Amino acid sequence: MIQLSAHHVWYLIMAAQWTVLLSLVAFAGGALVGLPIALMRVSPSHALRIVASGYIQLIQGTPLLILLFLTYFGLGILGYKLAPLVAAGLALTLYAAAFLGEIWRGCIEAVPRTQWEASDCLGLDRFQQYAYVILPQAVRLAIPPTVGFMVQIVKNTSLASVVGFVELARAGQIVNNSTFEPFIIFCIVAAIYFAMCYPLSLASRVLERRANAGRANH
Amino acid sequence: MLYKFDFSFLLEKWPAFLNGAWLTIQLTVLSIALGFVVGTLCAVARVYGGRVLRLLVGFYVELIRNTPLLVQIFIVYFGLSSVGLKLSAETSAVIALVVNMGAYTTEIMRAGIQSIHHTQLEAADCLGLTRVQTILHVVLLPAIERVYPALSSQFVLLMLASSITSQISAEELTAVANNVQSDTYRSFEVYIIVAAIYLALSLLYRLAFKAIGLIIFERRRRLGTAL
Amino acid sequence: MQAAPTTSATVVQVTGVVKEFGTLRVLDGVSLDVARGQTVAIVGRSGSGKSTLLRCIAGLETIQAGKIEICGHEVGRPGKAARAQLRHDVGMVFQGYNLFPHLTVERNITLALTLVKKQPKDEARKKAAEVLRLVGLTDKISSYPEQLSGGQQQRVAIARSLALSPQVMLFDEVTSALDPELTAEVLAVMEDLATRGMTMITVTHEMGFARKVANQVVFMHRGKIWESGPTSELFARPQTAEFKQFISSEL
Repeated sequence: MIQLSAHHVWYLIMAAQWTVLLSLVAFAGGALVGLPIALMRVSPSHALRIVASGYIQLIQGTPLLILLFLTYFGLGILGYKLAPLVAAGLALTLYAAAFLGEIWRGCIEAVPRTQWEASDCLGLDRFQQYAYVILPQAVRLAIPPTVGFMVQIVKNTSLASVVGFVELARAGQIVNNSTFEPFIIFCIVAAIYFAMCYPLSLASRVLERRANAGRANH
Repeated sequence: MLYKFDFSFLLEKWPAFLNGAWLTIQLTVLSIALGFVVGTLCAVARVYGGRVLRLLVGFYVELIRNTPLLVQIFIVYFGLSSVGLKLSAETSAVIALVVNMGAYTTEIMRAGIQSIHHTQLEAADCLGLTRVQTILHVVLLPAIERVYPALSSQFVLLMLASSITSQISAEELTAVANNVQSDTYRSFEVYIIVAAIYLALSLLYRLAFKAIGLIIFERRRRLGTAL
Repeated sequence: MQAAPTTSATVVQVTGVVKEFGTLRVLDGVSLDVARGQTVAIVGRSGSGKSTLLRCIAGLETIQAGKIEICGHEVGRPGKAARAQLRHDVGMVFQGYNLFPHLTVERNITLALTLVKKQPKDEARKKAAEVLRLVGLTDKISSYPEQLSGGQQQRVAIARSLALSPQVMLFDEVTSALDPELTAEVLAVMEDLATRGMTMITVTHEMGFARKVANQVVFMHRGKIWESGPTSELFARPQTAEFKQFISSEL
């Protein structure tokens, strides 16, 4: 049994970089897939709405861990052996896309009906309405909850440890396997997660307050 | 390469899935109930308590909400046993889930409690009700009714998050899936089945909460209107 | 100012009360006596301090100087017993009725009876039926507040306070939030109460009601009692320019 040292703590902090990387991948992927999902949810086409809604319900009704197992073990059996980072990135992307899609749909729908009517009366077609009037306003509404959801993404990267990806949680397990001080180690791991997540949580609340103040002045 | 789906393992393994699902239900129903109580007490402390109490609850909520459930579970299961408190996997799972649920419930219930207009409290005060009586009879039920959708969603999320307890070998549904998968090598089928079971459980829980809502919110049941 | 000796006939005694919200002085040395069975109407413009005075008497606001006594007990003394005594003696009806929306009319009334007065359920229900009869809403006993009109809700609010058998009832602009058609039914209930001998202090804009029902009228201006006296005299012979102006603007 090795003594827990500053070396180990440094190892943990370094592993946190992979947490950050995976979080960014998940967010980027989730945003890329999530925006079309959100747009599909509000589209006039019944079929598109059903598909998007079905996707969201499916993902939101399944544990992320199962999703992860499906992409890592499941796809592996099908012949597509993915590296843990890729599998985790894929699973988190699908997961984030569903939640971001739902959040952003809410923000699009929160833009007052009157904005649609006004832009329609000015002669803008649907694409122009979205691009110049609706989405810019929806984006402003979306920033606080999206930043808030980033916190969920960062926390959920911890599950990638289950498929062997060495991010912060896995690093904690590795250090524990050689030093056997689970209480201290995992408290340190928790502290590092807290250091990453709390600023995001704070930012989300500050942005929310500012957004509400702005809206009150209209 | 066309994959041959083979669900035949179900014929032999279905009791295992049932047991796993049953343990998931037991774990989560207990955690939801206890977590709700903890959360409500903390929310009351947060809104009506003194400065120290409010700060303590604030710390608790922020700590839990900004750290992953997986790490919280590890601290309870591995961490506590290393300092002398040896708990079973199921007990650790419940403790971690209750602590987690409590933090999220606190925030939701806090919003509910604060939505009760202060004039309601004034009226109760003028009628001679004590603080505790006011909270119990005038504040809590309307507060719960106001935030019931958010509460229900959070409860379902907890049920889904319970899959993480498989990592400390609690024999719930996800752990069963892992076991069957390693026995039969039918990973895809196994996890699809389990995903379907979780979806079914989500639906079941939502319906159950709706029914509970109809029972406890008498006014809503009779009039059909929102508070 | 020397306080008048308290007799059992004086239910409310206010002496030199000062109330400040931060640096703003809302009540500037207010003194008032209310004898048993009297109805006092407090009138004045918004910001004159009349609602604040009522809330101080009800114990909802703390005072910075002066003394308020209800049935010989001092309001604002610390301690649970003192507070309970105040709640026992004083009933308050608010502008916004403040009924509990999640409870039926009956439960709204029986709640305090069972919890505070520790009455058994049947006794409480009997009392509820009795006070609802007094305000003319017997058929609404199982309704929820949202099913009632504003005037009906206010009458239930009066019944709710009445059920606790207070020594004095306070009314804080109870008809101001109501449509004119609904005001009459509430004023009728209040008039009936006065006839039955309830001691009442009401802050009101309803000059007709004040003239007809109140024994004493108090005109407040800028945190002070500007004029006060028996109703007929006060309206017939206004002394100050402010009160004269007030009367003419209210007509």
